[in-house]
Amino acid sequence: MDGITKRFPGVVANRDIHLSVSKGQIHAIVGENGAGKSTLMKILYGMQRPDEGEIRIDGTPVSFSTPGDAIAAGIGMVHQHFMLADNLTVLENVVLGSEPRRAGLALDFAAARKKIKGISAAYGLDVDPDVLVEEIGVGQRQRVEILKVLYRGARILILDEPTAVLVPHEVDELFENLHGLVREGITIIFISHHLDEVLKVADAITVIRRGTTVASVDPASVTARQLAELMVGSELPSPETRESTVTDVVALEVSGLTMAAEGGRLLLEDVAFTIHKGEVLGIAGVEGNGQAELVEAVMGIRAATGAITLAGTDITAWSTLRRREAGIGYIPEDRQRHGLLLEAPLWENRILGHNSGGIWIDRKGARADTERIVAQYDVRTPGIDVDAAALSGGNQQKLIVGREMSGDPVLLIAAHPTRGVDVGAQAAIWDHLRDARAAGLAVLLISADLDELIGLSDSLKVLLRGRIVADVDPANVTPEQLGSAMTGAGEEA
Amino acid sequence: MTTGTQAPQTPQVPQHADTFANRLVGRIRLNGMMALAAPLLAILFAGLVTSLVLIITGHPPIDSLLAMVEFAGMPRTMVGIINLASAYYLSAMAVALGFRMNLFNIGVDGQYRLAALCAAAVGGAVTLPKPLHIALIILVAVLVGAAWAGIAGVLKARRGVSEVISTIMLNTIATGLGAWLLTSWAVPVAGSNNIGTKPIGESGQVPGISLIPGAPNQVFGLFLLAVLVGIGFHLLLNKTRFGFDLRSTGLSEPAAVASGVNVKKMIVIAMLISGGMAGLVGMPQLLGSSYSYGLDFPPGFGFTGIAIALIGRNNPIGVAFGALLWSFLDVSQNILNFEKVSPEIVTIMQGVIVLAVVIAYELVHRYRIVAEQRRVSRELSASARTEGAAA
Repeated sequence: MDGITKRFPGVVANRDIHLSVSKGQIHAIVGENGAGKSTLMKILYGMQRPDEGEIRIDGTPVSFSTPGDAIAAGIGMVHQHFMLADNLTVLENVVLGSEPRRAGLALDFAAARKKIKGISAAYGLDVDPDVLVEEIGVGQRQRVEILKVLYRGARILILDEPTAVLVPHEVDELFENLHGLVREGITIIFISHHLDEVLKVADAITVIRRGTTVASVDPASVTARQLAELMVGSELPSPETRESTVTDVVALEVSGLTMAAEGGRLLLEDVAFTIHKGEVLGIAGVEGNGQAELVEAVMGIRAATGAITLAGTDITAWSTLRRREAGIGYIPEDRQRHGLLLEAPLWENRILGHNSGGIWIDRKGARADTERIVAQYDVRTPGIDVDAAALSGGNQQKLIVGREMSGDPVLLIAAHPTRGVDVGAQAAIWDHLRDARAAGLAVLLISADLDELIGLSDSLKVLLRGRIVADVDPANVTPEQLGSAMTGAGEEA
Repeated sequence: MTTGTQAPQTPQVPQHADTFANRLVGRIRLNGMMALAAPLLAILFAGLVTSLVLIITGHPPIDSLLAMVEFAGMPRTMVGIINLASAYYLSAMAVALGFRMNLFNIGVDGQYRLAALCAAAVGGAVTLPKPLHIALIILVAVLVGAAWAGIAGVLKARRGVSEVISTIMLNTIATGLGAWLLTSWAVPVAGSNNIGTKPIGESGQVPGISLIPGAPNQVFGLFLLAVLVGIGFHLLLNKTRFGFDLRSTGLSEPAAVASGVNVKKMIVIAMLISGGMAGLVGMPQLLGSSYSYGLDFPPGFGFTGIAIALIGRNNPIGVAFGALLWSFLDVSQNILNFEKVSPEIVTIMQGVIVLAVVIAYELVHRYRIVAEQRRVSRELSASARTEGAAA
C-alpha cells in the first residue's frame, strides 16, 4: 500500500487529505471530533465517494462505490459500535453475508468453523466459534468483529475508535492482538483521539485538523503534548482583558452526579461543580468522556444519581420541561437533531422548547419574537416562514442561540455552540454569550474548541472518563497544557 | 481567536425528519399549488390506468366513467356518498392523528367496531331525555375506542411494543370479544336471521338532515360530527401548545425530548385521542339509521381510513376530499353492473390512486425542497453578502 491522495473542494468535511500507510504497520489517525476522520474512513471503506483525489493500494489506483468493493480489495472496517446479532453464535455472525456453501445449497458450517479456528489461532484472537454473542464480553465481541473482516480476506483493517467502549485491561489486550495481526502482515489504520493510547500502539501517526492532514509524525519522537498541540492548533487566543462578572450568588450546584451505562460502566462518576451568576464554567475534555451525558443529566433528559440545585431549589427530580420552565436554556450539541424542527418554519422553531403557558399557541407573539431574533442575532433568512432546513448551519445556530437566550434564563447550557459555524457567526455567538454573562447569566460551556473554552470561561474543569480530573485557571493556561490534561497525558496545567 | 483559516461547515442536508416515510404520512408539508397538483395528477393517472384496463377488457372507458359520474350526480346517490364519507372521514382523521406523531394506528377498525357495539348496547339499555341520551351514547363510544387504543399506547410507552403489532392483534381480539359480547347482549332482529343489540329508543336517535334538495333520503345528522372533528383536529394540531408538542414529536423525537416533551406520555395521550376519534366512526350510521349493532354492521372502515389519510396527507381538508372521492367510487360502482362492467374495476382504481398519490407527493416534495433552498440562497445572495454554499 503506497499512498492515498484525496482532495475535496469547498466547504465539505475533508479537503486535500494526504495519507500514506505502509504495509504491516499500525498507522494512527488522530484528530478532534468533527475534524473529518470518520468521513475519510467512510471514503476508504467505500461508503462515500470522494469528489476528487484517488486511492492507491500497492500502487494500483482503486475506486470503491460500495463497501463490497472495498472488501474485495482487502479493506475491512471495524465500527465503533458493534454490528453483531446477539442471538446468533460467533460462527453464525462471522459467516453472515458470506456463508460458505456446500453443493450450492447447504451451509458448510464445518468448513467455516475450521477457517475461523485457523484465523483465530494464527492471529492469537482466542475466539470460540460456538458461543452465543450475547454471552461474551465487550473485548471479545470486538475480536469477533476483527475476525469477521479477516474472514472476508481483509489485509487492511480500519478500526474506528476501538478503545472507546473498552476498560483499560481490555485495551491492553486489544493492543496485543493488534501487534499480533501486524506481525502476520496485516496493515491497521487506527482512529482515535486518546493520545496516550495512540503513542503506545502506533508505528506512525497522521494528524487531521479541520478536515485536512496537518502533520505526519513518528510516535517515538513526539510527546502527547506536542500531539495535542497539533490536534487543536497552536495559535493562542487573543488575550482578553475583561472584567470578571462572577458574583457570589450560586446559580447551579451539581454534586455526586453519577450515571452508569448498561452493563455497569460508569459514564459519569461523582461529578460536582458550582456555577455562579455571571460565571462561565467551561468543561474541557476529549469527546466521549462524559460531556454529552453531563449535559443530558443536567437537562433531565437522561437519568442520573446525585443532586442538582438550581438557584437554591433542588431540581433533581424535575422533568426536562419543568427545568426549562425554571429558566434553563439549552443549546444542544447536535442542532439539527435536538435543536430544530427542520421541516417547520422558523417561527415555529421559536416555540420549540418554549412551549409553556396557556392552551393556545401565541402565534403572534412567537412570530414577533422570531423577527426580533432574526434582527438581533443577524440570522440571514428571507423571512420567518422559511423552513429551518433551508438555512445554513451558522444561521440555524444563531436562531437557536437567540431562542435559548430569550426569556431571561438563569442558566444556559451551551454544548459546542459554535461547532460547524463560520467565523462571522462564531464571533457573534461569542459576543452574545459574553453580554449575557455580564447581565448575570450562568453558563455551562462544553466545547471541543480549546480556544473557545479558554477565551470564554471564568473557570475550567477537565472531564476524563466521566470524572472531573482537573481544575484549570483559564487566565494562565495554554491550549497545549489544556490538551494534555484532557487526554490524560500527565502534566496538569 | 480562531485557530484555522477556514471555518468548518457541515453540509446542511436535512437528514432526520426528511425521510420517505415522513413525507409519505404527511408530517412534512407541501405548500400551495404543489399540494393540489400532486393529488390531481395522481387521480388523472389513476383514471388513465383504469381506462386502459377497461379497454383491455373490452369496455368503453369514457362511457363507463361517465356513467359513474352521472349516477353520482343523482340526489339520492349524493346523500349516500356523503353518509359513507362521514364514516370514512372520521376513520381517516383517527389514523391521521397517529400519523402526525409517528404512530401507525392500524387498530381503528377494531376500535370503532367495539365502540359502536358498546355504545349501541348502552344506548339500547337506557332511556334519557334526547340530548343527554345521544351524548351518553357518543361518550361511551369515545371512551371505549380510547380505552382500546390506549392499551396499545401504554404497551408502547411502558414496554416498547410496536403499536403496529399491538393494534393489529387488538383488532383480532376485538373481533372475538365483539362476537362474544354481541351474543350475550343481543336480541333477535325481527324478520331475519340477524341478531343485534336492543334498538336505541327514539330519544337516542339523531334525525337526518335534508341537505340535498330533491333527495328522498336524508344525510345522517351526525355528518356534522365529522365536520366538527375536522375543525377540532385543525385547532388542536395547529393552534394549541399540546398540538405543537405532538407535531414536534412527529417531526423529530430527539428535538421534542430536548424541548421538554415527555414522549411516553405523549404516545399514550395520542393513542387515546386517536382511539376516541375512532370510536366515533360508527356513530353516524348507528344513531342515524341502524339504531342497533348487529351482525350486518359495516366492518372495514378502519383500513379504508388508512388509505384516505394517505391520500389526504393527514390534513383535515385533504382528508375530506379523499373521503368523498373514496365514497364516490364505492357508491357509484353499483351502476357499473348495469353497464355490464365488473364493479371490481373500482377497486383497481382506488389502489392505483393510493399508489400514484404516494409517488406524486414524493416527486413534488423533492422538487419543492430543492426549489426552496435555491430560493433562499438566491434571495440571500441578492442582499450583498452571502454566507456560503451551505444552504
